[in-house]
Amino acid sequence: MNYEAVIGLEVHVQLRTNSKLFCGCATESGAEPNTRVCPICLGYPGVLPVMNAEAVRKTILSGLLIGCTINRYSKWDRKNYFYPDMPKNYQVSQYDLPLCLGGAVQIAGKKLGVTRIHLEEDVAKSFHFATTSGVDFNRAGTPLMEIVSEPDMRSEADAFAYLTALKEILITGGVSDCDMEKGQLRCDCNVSVRPVGQAQFGEKVEIKNLNSISGVRRALEYEIPRQIAARGRGEKIFQETRRWDDDAGKTLVMRTKEYAHDYRYFPEPDLMPVTVSDAQLAEIRQQLPELPEAKRQRLVSQYGLSEYDAGVLVATAVLAQFYERAAAGSPNAKAVANWVMTVAEIHLSPVQPQHLRELVAAIDAGQISGKQGKDVFAVMLATGQGPARIIQEKDLAQVSDPGALAGYCSQAIAGNAKSVAAFKAGNLGALNALVGQVMKLSKGKANPQLVSEMLAKQLRNT
Amino acid sequence: MSLHTQTIIELREQLRRGEVSAREVTQAVLDRIQAVDDRLKAYLWLNPDDALAQADAIDRGSKDQPLAGIPIAIKDVLNVIGQPCTCGSKILRGHTAVYDATVIRQLRAAGAVLLGRTNMDEFAMGSSTENSSWGVTRNPWDLERIPGGSSGGSAAAVAGHEAIAALGSDTGGSIRQPAALTSCVGLKPTYGLVSRFGLVAFASSLDQVGPFTKTVADAALLLGVLAGHDPLDSTSVPAPVPDYQEKLNAGVRGLRIGLPKEYFIPGMDREVEAAVRAAIGQLTRLGAEVVEISLPHTDYAVAVYYLIATAEASANLARFDGVRYGARVRGADVLETYAKTRGAGFGPEVKRRIILGTYALSAGYHDAYYLRAQKVRTLIRRDFEQAFQKCDVIVAPTTPTPAFKIGERVDDPLQMYLCDIFTISVNLAGNCGLSLPCGFTAQPKLPIGLQLIGPAFAEPTLLRVAQAYEQATPWHTERPAL
Repeated sequence: MNYEAVIGLEVHVQLRTNSKLFCGCATESGAEPNTRVCPICLGYPGVLPVMNAEAVRKTILSGLLIGCTINRYSKWDRKNYFYPDMPKNYQVSQYDLPLCLGGAVQIAGKKLGVTRIHLEEDVAKSFHFATTSGVDFNRAGTPLMEIVSEPDMRSEADAFAYLTALKEILITGGVSDCDMEKGQLRCDCNVSVRPVGQAQFGEKVEIKNLNSISGVRRALEYEIPRQIAARGRGEKIFQETRRWDDDAGKTLVMRTKEYAHDYRYFPEPDLMPVTVSDAQLAEIRQQLPELPEAKRQRLVSQYGLSEYDAGVLVATAVLAQFYERAAAGSPNAKAVANWVMTVAEIHLSPVQPQHLRELVAAIDAGQISGKQGKDVFAVMLATGQGPARIIQEKDLAQVSDPGALAGYCSQAIAGNAKSVAAFKAGNLGALNALVGQVMKLSKGKANPQLVSEMLAKQLRNT
Repeated sequence: MSLHTQTIIELREQLRRGEVSAREVTQAVLDRIQAVDDRLKAYLWLNPDDALAQADAIDRGSKDQPLAGIPIAIKDVLNVIGQPCTCGSKILRGHTAVYDATVIRQLRAAGAVLLGRTNMDEFAMGSSTENSSWGVTRNPWDLERIPGGSSGGSAAAVAGHEAIAALGSDTGGSIRQPAALTSCVGLKPTYGLVSRFGLVAFASSLDQVGPFTKTVADAALLLGVLAGHDPLDSTSVPAPVPDYQEKLNAGVRGLRIGLPKEYFIPGMDREVEAAVRAAIGQLTRLGAEVVEISLPHTDYAVAVYYLIATAEASANLARFDGVRYGARVRGADVLETYAKTRGAGFGPEVKRRIILGTYALSAGYHDAYYLRAQKVRTLIRRDFEQAFQKCDVIVAPTTPTPAFKIGERVDDPLQMYLCDIFTISVNLAGNCGLSLPCGFTAQPKLPIGLQLIGPAFAEPTLLRVAQAYEQATPWHTERPAL
């Protein structure tokens, strides 16, 4: 029997705000443990939360970026469970009235649904030492946005594409830096398998502790075959929570359904419900960055790119941004696009965008040949140096001075009587052999176009 | 006349005229505490040197603040920086507050002298102050009896002249009930009028901080200091504070007094009922019009309260786990440390309520208990809205009986819960309520309280009616013989 996977993701994103969600402490990471704390984010007796309006604004903006409906009346709830990284032993979150509902993330060929986005406070970080444990509360209370997807993904590739696209959208929107090294984007993954063609979902397994997009892919590469193999052996899959151990390359059982938490959600009495007015919504809409589809259209009309090229660039927001920097002011933006797409992820390479513009200009001006351009580009990729410097250092500049080339031409004519005769007999192709000879004599630096013209002229005149 | 027996307003005049210093007033109150607190046990903690230092600082200033030099006692549930804040619980043994509650900052700005911490039922859960981890506070009128609760220490301190005024907190009657049982004026402000920042939460949607005073005029003065919007409390109302003195003496002529038929129930103490009915007669003679009203969902109030308050408390008290502050009893792992810390730290009533609240919120029971209770809470609020179409102020007893004997009800939680039967609805509806003395039982002589209930933010009307009644009656002038 053939099985397919059904995958849904819960993505936690730390918002880029100056202060925490319910107090004035700074959100910066990397500070000494327990130095960005106050009685409020430590859950001292008697403290009360005050909502960070900027965090709410950024969550709404995220929702608009992926086409969510914004709840005009949203509220806060307490999610109750005991854990040392939870200062109050309840987390202020949003249960039944989140800020954003619905929406979708576009990946190649598919729209993957988003169920909801809600805002909550991040927890502290536990550290385990030889005989004791410690808790650093600096992170506790950082605004954390949870984006819950529909179970629309069918493979690890879908999940990877969804996360990559989502990350780009959030970075473009200035919502979060999504720095996974710093834990700014974390993911829980719900996955089940079912026989192909079956409508009903299988029992789902939740995988926790996924701290990178590639980690999600690796975990699913392990977990999907594990479930399929188990089903193949006639075993039942039980609803459970597993943990991804990246070192071992395995998912391991954390807890089974019997030990599932009862979070006892109830409305947070210390906070007023969140109401979003027409004016607020309009203001946030105005601040929306250009959405991908609009950007694609613009690249076609503004730079004369093909629909396909524009699509490739827009699919990666940072790549499109790189391209626009490279193409700015270039008379040949299309050639610049070709160079941008020569290699994957050029925006992550040492190549500076303006250097690509200079490279295209050097070729178009006949300073170097197209073939030499490829060599120069290879050096740019490796070193990040600009084309002018590379051309100079490698002494690549094409010789286009007729005075300097005349000697080579005479030499070639004198030494290749056969080709000269053939050309004079009407075999125009024989000229190529003579051009090749000049190129050889000039160590490849002669401008072939010019050499060709000079040879033809000289032969016709003799 | 000795200083400690006087009111805020009386002392304030003498302080301003320079006839007496803040140090002298504070010293007089400290002497009184020294003399009687062995018997009353109103205070959990006192720092005479610190109190005198605060008084000296006031004496160096202009004394034009509203409470300049007035010694005030603080319930052990409000954070005062550098002072213990145990909420009457062993689980906070040794805990020192690291910040000032907003009301404390307001008191300081108004020139008050913060005396010390008063006893209370653990985490404000109780009606007798017998649930304190630190011992029982006595009723100044009869040392064998309870002072009410949960703010029993603050009530006893004011009634026993161990403070000129005090702060308490009222979640279901914890200011009004002890005020009634000790013959003080106790005010539960409208929800949202006074900041809760720094008040250790019992039930966040019901808690309010309020004053205990010897007179209605003092309550109006103290409320003026406490009230006002606090950006640190999202549930505090951003509205200007009215002048509570302005119409204090406007009288009751033309006001409509509502009598809820559901509040005069069989089983109520006969002397209490007689005193309340006499008070209504007095108000009529002063020119008020009496109308009968109905609060039909009154019967459900106690049940609704013990679901909502305990549900909120089960979350509010989760933070006391021994990890960051307070007492810790080490276990083999973190779960055992939680269990041992909380097992040893919380008293039986607090545990009972945490369990009840946890149950009410649990999967499968949430809708039947918590959600249903919220719906009935809305009905109770509507009862009041409709009643206040017909009347300006509701008059009722504060408690069904006078103070009972220590130990009499400790083994019967339900009987104990019924102490608050007349006060609980006011918290559920978010209205304001005030208790003031309206007489005494004959033998033994025990105080009886009259409760006035107003719609949200009707404190000016409440205080006006209370003032008219107080001025026409002698009860507030009677003080316990200690």
